Amino acid sequence: MREELLRIIEKNGRIDLKELAVLLGVQEIDVVNELQKLEEEGIICGYHTMINWELTDIDKVTALIEVRVTPQRGQGFDTIAERIFQYPEVTSVYLISGGYDLMVILEGKSLREVSGFVSNKLSTMDTVLSTATHFILKKYKDHGTIFGPKKQDEREMMA
Amino acid sequence: MRNPLSDTIVSIKPSGIRKFFDIVSEMKDAISLGVGEPDFDTPWHIRDEGIYSLEKGKTFYTSNSGLMELRKEICNYIDRTQGVKYDPAKEVIVTVGGSEAIDIGLRAMLNPGDEVLIPQPSYVSYEPCTILAGGKPVIINLKAENDFRLTAREIEEAVTEKTKVLILPFPNNPTGAIMEKKDLEAIAEVILKHDLIVLSDEIYAELTYNGKHVSIASLPGMQERTVLINGFSKAYAMTGWRLGYACGPEAIIKQMTKIHQFAIMCAPTTAQYAAVEALKNGDGDVAEMREAYNQRRRFLMNAFKEMGIECFEPYGAFYVFPCIKEFGMTSDEFATRFLEEEKVAAVPGTAFGDSGEGYLRISYAYSIERLKEAMERLNRFVTRLRSEQK
Repeated sequence: MREELLRIIEKNGRIDLKELAVLLGVQEIDVVNELQKLEEEGIICGYHTMINWELTDIDKVTALIEVRVTPQRGQGFDTIAERIFQYPEVTSVYLISGGYDLMVILEGKSLREVSGFVSNKLSTMDTVLSTATHFILKKYKDHGTIFGPKKQDEREMMA
Repeated sequence: MRNPLSDTIVSIKPSGIRKFFDIVSEMKDAISLGVGEPDFDTPWHIRDEGIYSLEKGKTFYTSNSGLMELRKEICNYIDRTQGVKYDPAKEVIVTVGGSEAIDIGLRAMLNPGDEVLIPQPSYVSYEPCTILAGGKPVIINLKAENDFRLTAREIEEAVTEKTKVLILPFPNNPTGAIMEKKDLEAIAEVILKHDLIVLSDEIYAELTYNGKHVSIASLPGMQERTVLINGFSKAYAMTGWRLGYACGPEAIIKQMTKIHQFAIMCAPTTAQYAAVEALKNGDGDVAEMREAYNQRRRFLMNAFKEMGIECFEPYGAFYVFPCIKEFGMTSDEFATRFLEEEKVAAVPGTAFGDSGEGYLRISYAYSIERLKEAMERLNRFVTRLRSEQK
């Protein structure tokens, strides 16, 4: 049930326990216990909401920043990654294989704010060799959710 | 002017589902639970193969029986799921949906007056196709107390010396009933005893929820007397591609291919290329969709339980078949009032045969959100009906 449960709540974090139990064909108490275990084990590490900020009046800019760094003896990339992810405007940090080392995703109010972060904070860290900043112009799909109008049901009633 | 029409076709009633759809399409805020096709889009990698084949200019007829590559994949699929081996060169034909396979299968087998056993409730085309092929439909009314499974006794009671073909429509539309291995073993004996040919419509084979589907062709002595029909519509959400197939004894497939050759030529080429991809790399998609259907099925079963509506647990297809006899109305009256008063369209069980009287077919090829709204409306409706009855 674990895998199926995770798949359901990954798509719908707001689903209530009773309904979860029905969909999975188990008792509510089993769902409660399993969720608690998943949280304790750190498998479930948060419940978030997908927001299409473009439809609001609030300005937001998202940037993907490729960062090349010098790994440190005994610690590799972990220490520098930790220094970067402490900033609240950084939403994600990944260690990446290939031409650069860290992928940093940053959210800011404006281009200026983001570029200010890159030039003042990120680039000035000792171990950072170079950065390349890519601004997101439009989000088509995020976390498996397609932004845009919902498809109409065009199916006909047939046998 | 003379009457231009054939008496045979004029005597056949049109499908009873249409009427409801016409009302629904004109009604605002109406919810339909009536469709018989998946709500999922065809998985992208399958669509992509179809598109790719078009880009490459694969826009010609295929051989009458279908692309050899596809027939081989079909044989692989049946071998790996049922352990039954077919020769892709002689024992398979690719058709325009499972429905064409039903039609040409019956036409290839029936002589005038031959009787065809048709268990009902079931898909609407068996009876008209039998009549059009010159056969005589003999209806077996499946019973709720058997969970709408077919029993050996029911066959024995219906069989005559003119009986030639038995239609085996499981997993079943509209009841959701399945036949487990033991059920099939029980009827196989009678089938052998009366030397019947089985037309096994297994279009919902991938959609079972209490274990894997078993084909009657996998039972001893049955492959040589079975025409196995399946297709891509339900398993891979490919209804609009119009692609199905039949596997069976060479002699029958050969005659089916002849009809197909003259009437159809070949199944759509683009769809055939897409179907190869579906069979090669589509297992994961099928599993994912099956899981989603199963969640909805559990949701509906629970909703009926909470409303106190009687419903046997269906283990196949994507339909539930609740009993509405307690409300003292015919299926048609119930469905009509439900549509008028709560704007929800469900199909009366009688659209699938007289034995569907007292039942409603509810499709769960819809999102949970939609089903939730529909069940709230059903709850309101039955509460009102019950208070009227007092």
